[in-house]
Amino acid sequence: MIDYQPVIGLEVHVELKTKSKMFCQCAANYFGKPPNTNTCPVCLGLPGALPVPNQKAIEWTVLIGRALNCHINLVSKFDRKHYFYPDLAKGYQISQYDEPIATKGWLKIKNQISNIKVTDQKSKREQEHRVRINRVHLEEDTGKLVHQSSNTLVDFNRSGVPLVEIVTEPDFTSADEVKVFLEELHTIIRYLGVSDADMEKGTMRMEPNISLKIDQRSNIKDQNDKSKIKTDSLPNYKVEVKNINSFRFVKQAIEYELKRQEEILEKGQTPVQETRGFDEKRQVTYPQRTKEQAHDYRYFPEPDIPPLHFAKDYIEQIQSQLPELPEAKLDRFVNELGLRYGDAFILTREKATADYFEAVLKILGNQGKVAPQQTANLLINKKISSRLDPQDFVKKAMQLLFPQTTDIVQLTSVVKTIIASNPKVVADYNSGKKNAIMYLVGQVMREMKGQVEVKLVIEKLKQKLTYRN
Amino acid sequence: MEVLGKSLLELKALVDEKKIKTEEIFHYFLQRIKKYDPKLKAFMTVVDRDRSGLPIAVKDNYCTKSVRTTASSKVLDDYLPQYESTVTEKLWKNGFSLLGKTNMDAWAHGASTETSDYMLTKNPWDLTRYPGGSSGGSAAALSAYLTPAAMGSDTGGSIRHPAAWCGVVGLKPTYGRVSRYGLISMGSSFDCPGPMTLTVKDNAYLLGLLAGKDRFDATTTNTAIPDYVKNLDTPQRFIIGLAESYFENVDNEIKSRLNQTITVLKKLGHQIKPVKILSPKYAISVYTVLQRSEVSSNLSRYDGVRYANGRHFFGAEAKRRTMLGTYSLSYGYYDAFYKRAQKVRTLVINNFLAIFRDVDLIIGPNTPVTALKIGEFEKYPFFGEIMDALNEPASVAGIPAISLPIGLDRQGLPIGMQIMGNYFREDLILNLAHQFEQETEFFGVIKKGIERYQ
Repeated sequence: MIDYQPVIGLEVHVELKTKSKMFCQCAANYFGKPPNTNTCPVCLGLPGALPVPNQKAIEWTVLIGRALNCHINLVSKFDRKHYFYPDLAKGYQISQYDEPIATKGWLKIKNQISNIKVTDQKSKREQEHRVRINRVHLEEDTGKLVHQSSNTLVDFNRSGVPLVEIVTEPDFTSADEVKVFLEELHTIIRYLGVSDADMEKGTMRMEPNISLKIDQRSNIKDQNDKSKIKTDSLPNYKVEVKNINSFRFVKQAIEYELKRQEEILEKGQTPVQETRGFDEKRQVTYPQRTKEQAHDYRYFPEPDIPPLHFAKDYIEQIQSQLPELPEAKLDRFVNELGLRYGDAFILTREKATADYFEAVLKILGNQGKVAPQQTANLLINKKISSRLDPQDFVKKAMQLLFPQTTDIVQLTSVVKTIIASNPKVVADYNSGKKNAIMYLVGQVMREMKGQVEVKLVIEKLKQKLTYRN
Repeated sequence: MEVLGKSLLELKALVDEKKIKTEEIFHYFLQRIKKYDPKLKAFMTVVDRDRSGLPIAVKDNYCTKSVRTTASSKVLDDYLPQYESTVTEKLWKNGFSLLGKTNMDAWAHGASTETSDYMLTKNPWDLTRYPGGSSGGSAAALSAYLTPAAMGSDTGGSIRHPAAWCGVVGLKPTYGRVSRYGLISMGSSFDCPGPMTLTVKDNAYLLGLLAGKDRFDATTTNTAIPDYVKNLDTPQRFIIGLAESYFENVDNEIKSRLNQTITVLKKLGHQIKPVKILSPKYAISVYTVLQRSEVSSNLSRYDGVRYANGRHFFGAEAKRRTMLGTYSLSYGYYDAFYKRAQKVRTLVINNFLAIFRDVDLIIGPNTPVTALKIGEFEKYPFFGEIMDALNEPASVAGIPAISLPIGLDRQGLPIGMQIMGNYFREDLILNLAHQFEQETEFFGVIKKGIERYQ
């Protein structure tokens, strides 16, 4: 029996949330707008209309490239990619072919989801591996086809929305690795604030390329020697699965494909090079079209847009906008704040959460009594709502962590004294002016020098007053 | 008030001095169109919706909001643009009103208007001859004084060629000098909107209005815009390059007329200097490959989903160009055709840049022959390329060039001369052209052309 080694690469599309579209002034946010109302001559591809590139989108692509440790090409250009499809207004998509904005990067991932809780630094390192990023480029999104009974309608509201394509090398060997990578990438994109990367809305879309090759590892003693595997030649086919809109479905699609392809290979056949779709309900992939070869696209430099020339200090200026990325933040939370790895992981998944955590720590820092891990516990276990203002969070935290101790004997005696020395107020209370009790509460609080909770004071007072009646 | 033959700026002066109303001028030209256009067939659409400005005719590949725009192709048969091109927008903002849209080769593919899906425009000098093209409708309308000025577009000679054959002034500005936004794309890296006029001064005036950076066209630049009209008041002395390679296969009568012109230029104090320019044949090859490639791409949006008519309405020339362009861009052929052509394009550019270190301007013929008889097209495969052989180098390099009438041949047909300049030196081209006009009145060509249509 032959062992097969999965060879998986990824194409990820992320819609940028710039104010305007990639090549015109229409809003990039097309959600919920009536069909074809968010359009203009440029994104409709009307005769004579010309594209003018969105500087912000270019800047953000550079930012993504740097976040993924890519080399930024100082000269880049747009190209036309030709194919006919009704949602493609010009008969070509403006994309980038041989001179993308960013190339040759990498992203570190943990090999197994279960290993994210490993706290020992050394064994953690061993579980990490770098996924190489082939390229990050910028292009325009297409319109959308809307199928209504036997008719198909075209909505161009999405046409021309900036779309960043991130392509990895075929460095994944399991569906789990892909899922971990995608989650990390998703986190990074959201950290950068350049996209909502919302899979349900389709602002992040994933296309795995999947194939199998004969496993050479059985001949290699060190199972972790991945570099050996990478130098092996790739299989002579690949299957691309399109339009998957959740990490879970990516995993399911890959697992299904690996099984399907293995069965074909076992029969001595080669799987067809094609594009397949994923049926979420049945959890199977199905054929869509045989893959168009890259050479059918007739790429050539977009003559309407002059080449992009980046100055080094422009790149540096963009790079300086890079926030601390989740990986670095996680390390800092573990190493400097002493958080448990798993907790640090949870806190760094959304930048807003991490920022909130640090805002709370900053305020607490002045009081010096609470350990970061204690704060993390409160936040993660939702003991205190993170919807509170950090100041209020801290107040609550202090109350929870350092509850007030009340001398009940003293309280009982104080309540007695106050009732006795305020007969008029007591009379008012008894005649139905229930608010009068608040005066008494105030008096008791003052006597107790605040070392008691208001709730308890009211309870005690009511008890006594009722008793007297 | 006698309007016949008045230049655009003369008419403008009369309007400014309130000696005539624009309505009267409009009426005058509409009457002339009514009288002569049934024979000439210069106009696709005549427009009478606003007479508040000076009339101007516009080639039918400029998008004019709510006015039928076809690029003379049946694919866009009933197309009403929802937006205005930058060029026409600027015209309406500067005191012009649309008189009509002029016939052209479909999609600007040709040098005769013969590929128009609607009709063939006739040469006003001889109705049995081509007007040249692709801006043939604009050139013919102007030559017969059916409009005081017209807009053309020049991808590989489409302004200069019909200007030469119809005996008018036609300028192809530097690529990127005038916005292409709203001009239906033909060869995107070559397309240049430009004015066609009866005088050099009119041309300078229109260029001044139209030049400049446009936020809707990323290929326009911030290069300073000189006062082209005022610049004409100060005649400059130039070193003028003359290239032997531009006289190969050129008709003898055109050559001798050009020599006569050179004598005039020398008399005016200019120095003529022989220069070595790459043979135009290289530019033709480069132009053919790149333009076809861009055409195949630009026409792919007319896929039958959105516009009036489907792909089977494309004429033979559009289909030929699409086929050749698709081939040039195909995998396995891209390097041999498109990529190599781009490399040679760089050589052509460098060649011109080197020459413009030694000379201010370059002159030469711009058509190998004068207007051909209708039907002669068939004798010339690659008709357009042969007719535009002398025009295409400037298009490939993206430098500005003008065509001026310099006389008539024995058959009484206009002969054109081309002046090419360095990037963004339209001011120098216009300065020399104006001096020549002042000295010779184009040997009476423009005047004679108009007088044929009293």
